[in-house]
Amino acid sequence: MMKRILSTLLLLVCLPVKAELTIEITQGIASSIPISVVPFKTPAAMPEDIEGIVRNDLERSGHFAVLSPDDMLSHPKSEEDLYFRDWRLLKQDYVVIGSISQLPEGLYQVRYQLFDIFNEREILVQTLKGTEAQLRDIAHRVSDAVYEQLTGIRGAFSSKLAYVTTNPKRTKFNLVISDSDGAREKVVLTSKYSIFSPAWSPDGKRLAYVMLEDTGSKVYIQELATGKKTLVSANKGINSAPSFSPDGNKLALTLSKDGNPEIYVVDLTTRHWLRVTNHYAIDTEPNWMPDGEHIIFTSGRSGSPQIYRVNIESGYIERLTFDGHYNARARLAQDGRFLVLVHQSKKGAPFHIASLDLLRGLLQILTSDTYLDESPSVSPNGVMVMYAAKHKKRSILAAVSVDGDIKLLFPSKSGDVREPAWGPYLN
Amino acid sequence: MELNKLFAVSLLSLAIVGCASSGGTTDEAATTETSAEESQTQGVPGTEGIDVVTEEQAEMAANPLLDQTTIYFGYDRSEIRPEFKDVLNAHAEYLVANPQARVVLEGHCDERGTVEYNLALGERRANTVKRYLIVQGANPSQLESISFGEERPAEVGGDEAAWSKNRRAEISYQAR
Repeated sequence: MMKRILSTLLLLVCLPVKAELTIEITQGIASSIPISVVPFKTPAAMPEDIEGIVRNDLERSGHFAVLSPDDMLSHPKSEEDLYFRDWRLLKQDYVVIGSISQLPEGLYQVRYQLFDIFNEREILVQTLKGTEAQLRDIAHRVSDAVYEQLTGIRGAFSSKLAYVTTNPKRTKFNLVISDSDGAREKVVLTSKYSIFSPAWSPDGKRLAYVMLEDTGSKVYIQELATGKKTLVSANKGINSAPSFSPDGNKLALTLSKDGNPEIYVVDLTTRHWLRVTNHYAIDTEPNWMPDGEHIIFTSGRSGSPQIYRVNIESGYIERLTFDGHYNARARLAQDGRFLVLVHQSKKGAPFHIASLDLLRGLLQILTSDTYLDESPSVSPNGVMVMYAAKHKKRSILAAVSVDGDIKLLFPSKSGDVREPAWGPYLN
Repeated sequence: MELNKLFAVSLLSLAIVGCASSGGTTDEAATTETSAEESQTQGVPGTEGIDVVTEEQAEMAANPLLDQTTIYFGYDRSEIRPEFKDVLNAHAEYLVANPQARVVLEGHCDERGTVEYNLALGERRANTVKRYLIVQGANPSQLESISFGEERPAEVGGDEAAWSKNRRAEISYQAR
């Protein structure tokens, strides 16, 4: 397939403040939808560039070719000023226009319309209201709605990311959450100890993670609203790799208290522990399946790491990956139809992110430009995979679509960024 | 069960005493290495400055293999390479001769592969060393293993030169 390369097209995140992550689209798709987001009618001074955020969201999805406002023939602010012929001339399929007004008590109201140029009709209209602090959320909501209207897939621009940043000396670790475009970073935990494997609760209100202290690894759960941190597991040996059950009531994790890393499930209310696997090889990296009855995990039982699925109740285990020397840290995409995992084709080969179609048994390597790719995490709509990789000797975040067609880099300005975890839908 | 608990408590207190007297834990091996060298080059002090050399210290000085506290592993491997058996045998002998000695075995990995799998692999490396020392006569209660996975590299770098130094187990004496 012909792929349009938008190499090193740097899309700066629109906030003028120091958003640490920027986004580079390194590969888009040939069949992307031409769309124009016309500058909105705004009050004199706007704290956020709403339509700029929408433009970046849509562009970053890889599904859209977004026209620059400089290339537009006019900037219509209302339906009356919109001339469909102008936009046909520019080969645009869709146009978004909108206006923002200030309401009393510091509230803003955003009204936008999406027009189908070919059929000359409005196909979406929405009015959203919020405080100044919520303007970015409103922008992402607009992106979500436009994306869903035109692709049939629910948008995930409003979802959050969690990741870990480190200084070059690796003496300070920050657990950070941000918007899906890397803006509005918020440090939720700082430690001199290494933090890894952040995992979102299904309601997006808690994060489980591992902290590697001098005495060993421990698993914590932190409430994001209050910052309250609770110790879940500090047994002898490894305590690691947390994954929430789909209902959020249980946590799967890896413990080696009985001598060897095994998968366990703990009920977070009753603190009842259940051992799920029992094998002398390494068993780790559990991830709950949407049915709540199965867990996928990595095991070295065949000699090198491969992905397996276990029925929690019966303990029945099935091997899922057969292709490649090293398959690990699998995550599920699209209701469990796909696995996304860290893949090494043969010993000594580079580590890349691959997807495995569980119905057809087809493995596809998705990444090629980055190396030491790890920690894949799937967007809640199952479209994009965020992962960590080495790029120019630094650890950065990158993203690739589950079909491999769209590729993005999120270079950070300083230090290393690792361990991304894409949060759930929040609305 | 009760006995175990009692034993664990006494072990803990031993570990605490060990830490307090040495004033540091992980650097201890390195310190002994340099002080041995210093004593060779310094002039003979007056009679007041003479230290009593304990038997363990004498033995320590006698076997230079004990100065080697790191052993290395192959990629994705956790078995002991033949060239490190002499080193581990020396440590085992020391542990047998000094039942009060306590050791933490730290397992480490290079950056390739996943963070969690490497955490497990690091533990495997530490445990392989632990088992080897037990087979050679060390008491299990003298040994504790811990994994730092790929999180605490000895050398930062993205090539085999750095990786080979990071795939390691460190023998860290908590008490001599």
